[in-house]
Amino acid sequence: MLKRVGIEVSLAVAEAVRLARADVISAYPITPQTHIVEELSHYVANGELDAEFIPVESEHSAMSAAVGSAAAGARTYTATSSQGLALMHEILFIASAMRLPIVMTVANRSLSGPISIWNDHSDIMAERDIGWVQLFVEDGQEALELSMAAFKIAEDHRVLLPTIINMDGFILTHMIEPIEFPDQKTVDAFLPPFEPAMRLDPAHPVSMGPVGVPEVYLEAKKQCEQALLDSKPVVKEVLDELNELFGRDYDLVQTNGKDGAETRFVTMGSLGESVYTAVEALNAEGKDVGQTRIRLWRPFPVEEFLAACKGAKRLIVIDRAISPGSVCGPVAQELKSVLYGQPNAPEIVNVICGIGGRDVPIEEFKEIYALAQAGKLEKTYTLWGLNSNA
Amino acid sequence: MLRDIDLSGYKKITAKNMPKESLVASGHRACQGCVEVLAMGMVTKVAGPNTVVVNATGCMEIITSPYPQTAWKCPWIHVAFENASAVASGIESGLKALRRKGKIGDNPNVIAFGGDGSTFDIGFQSLSGALERGHNFLYCCLDNEAYMNTGVQRSSATPYGASTTTSPAGRESIGQQTQKKNMPLICAAHNIPYVATANPAYHLDLMNKVQKALAVDGPAYIHIYAVCPTGWGIKGETGIEIAKLATETNSFPLYEVVGGRFNFTKQIKKPKPILDYLKPQRRFRHLTEKDVAYIQKQVDADYDYLERLVRATNDAPAE
Ligand SMILES: Cc1ncc(C[n+]2csc(CCOP(=O)(O)OP(=O)(O)O)c2C)c(N)n1
Ligand code: SF4
Repeated sequence: MLKRVGIEVSLAVAEAVRLARADVISAYPITPQTHIVEELSHYVANGELDAEFIPVESEHSAMSAAVGSAAAGARTYTATSSQGLALMHEILFIASAMRLPIVMTVANRSLSGPISIWNDHSDIMAERDIGWVQLFVEDGQEALELSMAAFKIAEDHRVLLPTIINMDGFILTHMIEPIEFPDQKTVDAFLPPFEPAMRLDPAHPVSMGPVGVPEVYLEAKKQCEQALLDSKPVVKEVLDELNELFGRDYDLVQTNGKDGAETRFVTMGSLGESVYTAVEALNAEGKDVGQTRIRLWRPFPVEEFLAACKGAKRLIVIDRAISPGSVCGPVAQELKSVLYGQPNAPEIVNVICGIGGRDVPIEEFKEIYALAQAGKLEKTYTLWGLNSNA
Repeated sequence: MLRDIDLSGYKKITAKNMPKESLVASGHRACQGCVEVLAMGMVTKVAGPNTVVVNATGCMEIITSPYPQTAWKCPWIHVAFENASAVASGIESGLKALRRKGKIGDNPNVIAFGGDGSTFDIGFQSLSGALERGHNFLYCCLDNEAYMNTGVQRSSATPYGASTTTSPAGRESIGQQTQKKNMPLICAAHNIPYVATANPAYHLDLMNKVQKALAVDGPAYIHIYAVCPTGWGIKGETGIEIAKLATETNSFPLYEVVGGRFNFTKQIKKPKPILDYLKPQRRFRHLTEKDVAYIQKQVDADYDYLERLVRATNDAPAE
């Protein structure tokens, strides 16, 4: 069933979308997402994927066309990054409020200004509250498999919400990795065709997107929030099925290193791999340190996170975005609110690093660990690697 | 580029066979005398129930959809102010893919409605993109010459000299100081198969244009003159009279552009002076004789330009 190939991760994601038999792909180019949709356009041009490819004139329209296509009942995919995601902002809320299971890859990239094509998480952190299911992947294999799983999660009638797969720009998108590909039969068995709960069908007219008067707006919002909260067990279920099928161990939250460690790194995305290596090395030196990796970012898996950090006295939270004017980075903010009022809540040490593509070598995580242990990092947050007194 | 357009699907509508069933139910919340909602009713009568409607944010979306009520008898979607054309692109593509895969049967009409604000200004890019990509849908611009839904602010469709809440007439200002953007011409420049102007005061002409627009393969654009009694400061019962005057004064000429060829669908033998049209409207009441003379000159020049376009495109052979 599985075929192992050395391939660029973006192309593997495109292959996942082909295997998922997407009906419509709307796309607008932006680095580092371009290779995914370029590959998909080739599939369509060569008849390897029976889909409509809409080369729209902007990301705003990419998301708008995706809304139209999903409302028409078609399995719909798009991908973007950075400025493109920001340009979609307005429509992202509408897609989730309309409960349209669009799947989107976000190749995470920093935001202008200054313009930068390199990786961090500031694009997606500005889109925390859009009501989409949001997952982070760490490597190419996971990018392939979760891209297929995203359709299954999004289209499940207990969910019916758009879903984002976050993958670090360049660090993942442009990496060539050995990846195992499933065959079409396996994917078809895993992912049934999209059965919309409601669609724009003249035989059964519905009105979508009406005016929400004050008497109904709050209730509509509450329903969307509930739908997002209720998606968590479905995400878990789909990951379990995936694990069974492909022999993986994906979970909402993952732990590495020493069990019940006093200090834990908390990571999201591909930097987790570097931290993992650092943690292994520190463990080998006898250091009491572990790692908690967050895979599901929205809805935030509170219970699973608390269980994964049990016994920790200190969390070194690695953030990949700055939250200007706040007391720490966005992931640390989230974890502080999760931990507030918990008995024996660990201390949070927040390190914001890898901004705008700045390299963070494994050695530096060991250094971060030592500074945290010595209480030498800022109480609020440390902007790691700042080269001036700017 | 001039080209032949297949209009074999078009059957002429007359007073005798005029369809009666509108997809917009009565009991919607439009102001009394609103010609915009009247126009939408006329368009959907021709389209019939096998239609999917996309509505941009604006008066027509607000007045037909306050939940839990809806005035729509067909599938209808509203997403945002500036993206009706992009949403329509997605719907048309989605339906096309599903049809090809045998998942759905028939081929519904896809119609997008946008006000002048969402067409001329904020939605201009998404409209241009959708026309350029050649999606098979009809875009109807309901032109009431300002942003009515937010309280009569100027748009780039507001005519020279009109007073609005953001282009008010005052001691130092005549009101709107720019000329109305020529949207039908801009759409025709996209080389789409069908473009037309239409006026609800000439309902059969309007309905036949909708018929043709739906019959052609590819994008069609109809620019509909949509009198707004509230925003223009006229009596509710006079909307159609004013609409008629717009065409009778040559201020809103009726024509179509089929495969790049311009043709008048109605020509006025003895055009009335523009003053007849301006005078009853509060938005123009501050204009002086000199201003009116200037506007008259502009109307004449625009009409002359259109006549020359008709001559030029009919003299030239199709490619
Ligand atoms: C991005 C955005 N900007 C502004 C608005 C506010 N807004 C809603 S409708 C509207 C004006 C609509 O005018 P027009 O398109 O001419 O339609 P009309 O109401 O006149 O029929 C505006 C400015 C909005 N909804 N979205
Ligand atoms: S404001 Fe004008 S366009 Fe809007 S509903 Fe009233 S009359 Fe119609």
